[in-house]
Amino acid sequence: MVGIVLISHSAALAAEVAALAAAIGGPEVPVAAAGGTDDGGLGTSPDKVAAAIKAVDRGAGVILIPDLGSSVLTARLLEEPDSVVIADVPFVEGAISAVVTAGADAPLAAVLRAAEEAREIRKL
Amino acid sequence: MDTSFFLAWVDEITRVVAAERDRLTELDAAIGDADHGANLDRGFTAVRAALAETTPASPGALLVLVGGTLIRKVGGASGPLYGTAFRQLGKTLGDAGEVSPAEFAAALEAAVDAVRRLGSAAEGDKTMVDALAPAVRALGAAAAEGAKAAEAFDAAARAAEEGAAATVPLQARKGRASYLGPRSVGHEDPGAASTALILGALRTVGAR
Repeated sequence: MVGIVLISHSAALAAEVAALAAAIGGPEVPVAAAGGTDDGGLGTSPDKVAAAIKAVDRGAGVILIPDLGSSVLTARLLEEPDSVVIADVPFVEGAISAVVTAGADAPLAAVLRAAEEAREIRKL
Repeated sequence: MDTSFFLAWVDEITRVVAAERDRLTELDAAIGDADHGANLDRGFTAVRAALAETTPASPGALLVLVGGTLIRKVGGASGPLYGTAFRQLGKTLGDAGEVSPAEFAAALEAAVDAVRRLGSAAEGDKTMVDALAPAVRALGAAAAEGAKAAEAFDAAARAAEEGAAATVPLQARKGRASYLGPRSVGHEDPGAASTALILGALRTVGAR
């Protein structure tokens, strides 16, 4: 199953979006939150992101969903072709789409595509 | 220039970043999230701590260690960006024990290319690239004319300072300030300002 890593400037935001996505998409999907700096401040910790990737990697690939700024740059530093990939998507909607699709045991490319489709979904 | 020269550069950067920490943070408060000075200060303090434990064998190894430490410890966008710059600088220099101004200029060019790729930023976007790219050009031109390190670094530092000052009227197209749109006009970009400090530190050490 594809793993999902949510990278935010805020530890609380990453954790809550991970909990929301897991509640909607199913608890069996490996989802990890990597939010905030090592000392608990607002920002990004490459060590936290690397640990989160390791925690959700089941061999089927990992999708990184960053919020903005340093989260995106840190994600780019940890990308691996065809195994650890970034989804350029809205943080909440992209996370939910990715987790729901991963929960159906879809391959990495399909989970990435589903996450990216979240950008086009209108609310009204 | 040998490893001790680059150690002196890192020491001078650390000193200048600490001294200018509040100014960088004020620049960032105007158009960003008010943490640039604190983040860079934390990053270079961590670099000093890492260097207290190990002495790299070459300028390249030293600069790779600086880059890796900044990536892990800064916490803001400047971590991956400056970290990538220093790491690429070090990787390009390889394990040579001595570096000429021309070799350093070529390595700094590789570093700015890596920063451009990572941040998808071009000159004129109101980022550190607006200080770094002209500095690389000035350094390359001086080195190609056979300038000594002191003259070449002075040219690079001046170009970076002019580049940073020239970000004031620009509207940000990359980074946190881009969310402000036209309200980002009229402020110096904090990343360009810190790039000018880092190249100013190179000039200071080169003039010794």
